Amino acid sequence: MFAGAAAALLVALVLALARAVLGPTVFDRVQAANTVGTLAMLLLAVIGFLTGRPDFLDLALVYGLLNVLGTFAVLKFFRYGDLGDPGEDEEHHT
Amino acid sequence: MNTVVDILSWGFLLAGGAFCAIGALGLVRMPDFYTRMHAAGVTDTLGAGLMLFGMMLQAGLSLVTVKLIMIGLLIFFTSPSATHALARAARARGLQPLLATGKGPSKRS
Repeated sequence: MFAGAAAALLVALVLALARAVLGPTVFDRVQAANTVGTLAMLLLAVIGFLTGRPDFLDLALVYGLLNVLGTFAVLKFFRYGDLGDPGEDEEHHT
Repeated sequence: MNTVVDILSWGFLLAGGAFCAIGALGLVRMPDFYTRMHAAGVTDTLGAGLMLFGMMLQAGLSLVTVKLIMIGLLIFFTSPSATHALARAARARGLQPLLATGKGPSKRS
């Protein structure tokens, strides 16, 4: 039954990658990357259950943390133009 | 009792997998960026939630369930903030939502 869940997750991953490729704007691609991260986290957990190795869950947790941090970094770059200066308020960066 | 828990967890797992697929399908088919974020939200909340709960049922009371709860808490807290940051960044960069073409409320006619 885990194989069925893993198959559904693979289908979802393919669709999310399709959106990442098709996405007209950069934010579509960031959204697709975020979704791929969540799905990969779930796939790691399911594979951990399939192969009977509980340490895969730690991998899924760390992967999820890194994925969110990556999303925030990319968003800050595309939002403020650079990562260097401390983020000013919205008025300065119209 | 054991088979009931097994069948229940298989049901949750398959339902979670189905919702992940539905959310990803919505991610592809939705016309506009802001509606796609709603579809991605379906994957993050229902898909992940049901699957994690299905795995918790399989694992019973053990360290594995604690790790699964940690993953659930991670998704619970970071997914909305990531979506919020994404919407603000897109909005600040002037990404216009796809509005109706002014026909008023869409009637069946």
